[in-house]
Amino acid sequence: MTVDVLNRPIPDVTGQSRLAIADCDIHPRPAGAGIGGVSKSLYPYLSQRWRDHCENFAVTYRQPWEKGSAYPKGQPSASRIDSWPPGKTPGSDLAFMAAQHLDPNNVTLGILNPLGAGQGAMNLELSAALANATNEWQKAEWTSQDSRLKGSVVVPYEDAAASVKEIELRAGDKNFAQILFLSRTATPMGQKQYWPIFEAAAAANLPIGVHAFGYGGNAITSSGWGSYYLEEMVGHAQAQQALTVSLILEGVFERFPTLKFVMIEGGVAWAAALGWRMDAQYKKLKQELPHLKRLPSEYLRSNIWFTTQPIEEPEPRTQLAEVFDWIGWDRILFATDYPHWDFDDPAQALPFKMTEEQRRAVFLNNAKALFGVT
Amino acid sequence: MTLPAAIDCDVHPTVPSLTALLPYLQDMWRDTVIRRGFDELNTISYPSVNPLTFRSDWRDATGKAGTSVAALAKQALDPFGSRLAILNCLYGAQALFSEDLGAAFCQAINDWIAKEWLDKDDRLRASIVVPTQNPERAVEEIERVAGDRRFVQVLLLVGGEIPLGRRQNWPIYAAAQKHGLPIGIHAGSTYRHPVTPVGWPSYFTEDYVNQAPGFQSQLTSLMAEGVFAKFPDLTVVLMESGVSWLPAYLWRLTKFWKGLRSEIPWVSDPPASIVRDRVRMTLQPFDAPPDEGGIARLMEHIGSDEFLLFSTDYPHWQFEGLAALPAGLDPTLAAKIMAENPLRTYPRLNDLKGAT
Repeated sequence: MTVDVLNRPIPDVTGQSRLAIADCDIHPRPAGAGIGGVSKSLYPYLSQRWRDHCENFAVTYRQPWEKGSAYPKGQPSASRIDSWPPGKTPGSDLAFMAAQHLDPNNVTLGILNPLGAGQGAMNLELSAALANATNEWQKAEWTSQDSRLKGSVVVPYEDAAASVKEIELRAGDKNFAQILFLSRTATPMGQKQYWPIFEAAAAANLPIGVHAFGYGGNAITSSGWGSYYLEEMVGHAQAQQALTVSLILEGVFERFPTLKFVMIEGGVAWAAALGWRMDAQYKKLKQELPHLKRLPSEYLRSNIWFTTQPIEEPEPRTQLAEVFDWIGWDRILFATDYPHWDFDDPAQALPFKMTEEQRRAVFLNNAKALFGVT
Repeated sequence: MTLPAAIDCDVHPTVPSLTALLPYLQDMWRDTVIRRGFDELNTISYPSVNPLTFRSDWRDATGKAGTSVAALAKQALDPFGSRLAILNCLYGAQALFSEDLGAAFCQAINDWIAKEWLDKDDRLRASIVVPTQNPERAVEEIERVAGDRRFVQVLLLVGGEIPLGRRQNWPIYAAAQKHGLPIGIHAGSTYRHPVTPVGWPSYFTEDYVNQAPGFQSQLTSLMAEGVFAKFPDLTVVLMESGVSWLPAYLWRLTKFWKGLRSEIPWVSDPPASIVRDRVRMTLQPFDAPPDEGGIARLMEHIGSDEFLLFSTDYPHWQFEGLAALPAGLDPTLAAKIMAENPLRTYPRLNDLKGAT
């Protein structure tokens, strides 16, 4: 079987009127050379104490490398070859991003998810300082410059008190649409140490986005470290399933019934079968979980959303629509992951028949409703 | 349509207590166990008091089930009309930290299985329990036992010290292939790592649910490292893995293979098609979709009628009464699952009395 990746027809979109879309996973990135893992573009938002720290001790994570991530990426900066603004790093130039992505793809709502923002850093005070700086930077250089874009409140989630402080600082600020976690926390996300953050999120009425990656220190498999970047990328779906199970079975949604989670870049199609599996076990083992009042799949259906990219690719693709029927079309949020290499093109990512209502829900209306954007 | 007599590809003989194995341990290890006062080697994957470990109507006076051939025959074989059943012993020999102890207990378990089970009911077959602490020792055990053709498979746990595809483990696959033994990967862990990629969970329910993502990671490892390319005659059976997660997993795996295949050039075909050719799954637990027509749709997504092997997972509690086959399964498919698929998967089931 030959999989023809390179010769897919690319539609000419010039002059076409295209459906307005929400892109729920865009990665902005501070421009310029990184010093100790921190770009100098963040310096205006960091105190001298932390600038000095970064230059002398760098930012270290629970992984071997001084710079870069655990597994070398598929291509430089994990980014599309065509996404490098002249002389700059991908995702660092708003005008370039607008011209390459936001304008031609008619993105009317873009959710920014800054990565590499000190989340999971070993030094928790540094993690908090970088989160705060990244949030100020999003406001000053992105959301205040382009009304289509909404920021994510980066929180140093391994320090609940510092995270609560950061959320309280942003509550009611329309520059921000959600709170951002990475998926690979130090312990499963439903556990009590994170609940103060959930309480603050619920009080601020902000959904929590959980983006793949992170530095909790545990291997991406339950049997240790794989060898390949591919294993990590496929493995994000396993990490995301584990944290979803934790959130539900720990009773987070009984304690915080209005709290909403968005699972970002960890896959979506697994959600149906995971719900069936949790329900099947819950029926036998519920004595262990008296804090739950509903079937696990019901919490999945009421409190959790999923972004599409990297969308699973069954053959035939129509099988994905059948899985969306199981999960609920109102749970699905379109995302591209711009400027990363595994970008899903809105014109090609969901090549199967949808009703007009389904199309509008997935590409725009679900996101507008979730994030309270009109 | 009458279904053929079943071949049950996952039943569990229960070690009644450590003392049952003592006669099968070499002197030195028997002395060690007694002198040091070893505890039972049941692991937290299947705690003996847990509702899932022994279905309540199958429990005996000791609270356990499946501790003797008579009990297993009466509860797991006769009611389902099974003509063959594969025993997978889940006593925690692989979880011992000493490879010497691991090897000693695996040897004892395999000898106990042969003498106390296989010799007593000719419907029974078994998997070889191996000390995965050191693949060299595992190979020694395979070589020691493989001459007894009632052992039809090599048993590994889904949760271990390193991913199963890693090259250190390849001698096990070479030995298995040489003897025509599939590799059977069963739920359960040695707990060298948390059972999730995001740390230790709070609940048994979480541990059990997370076995399925554990299988997904192991399949990725076997695929990415090139086990299927290196061992073209090796079959891998996933046991007590759950079934319904498979399509969504394969769709993601295949997508990233398209994007990153230069990293693993030995994977020359789409992973989904390799899995359909080389991997099999036992039926229970099935984790079925609840909607009418859901199972038929799921089977289309799985895309192969050769993939599933009948199992009761006795004495684990996966269904009530005799309802081992999920309702709504197509009868033609059910017939293949009951016997044809197991006979194709396990060469050694074909060459023995009772196989016809």
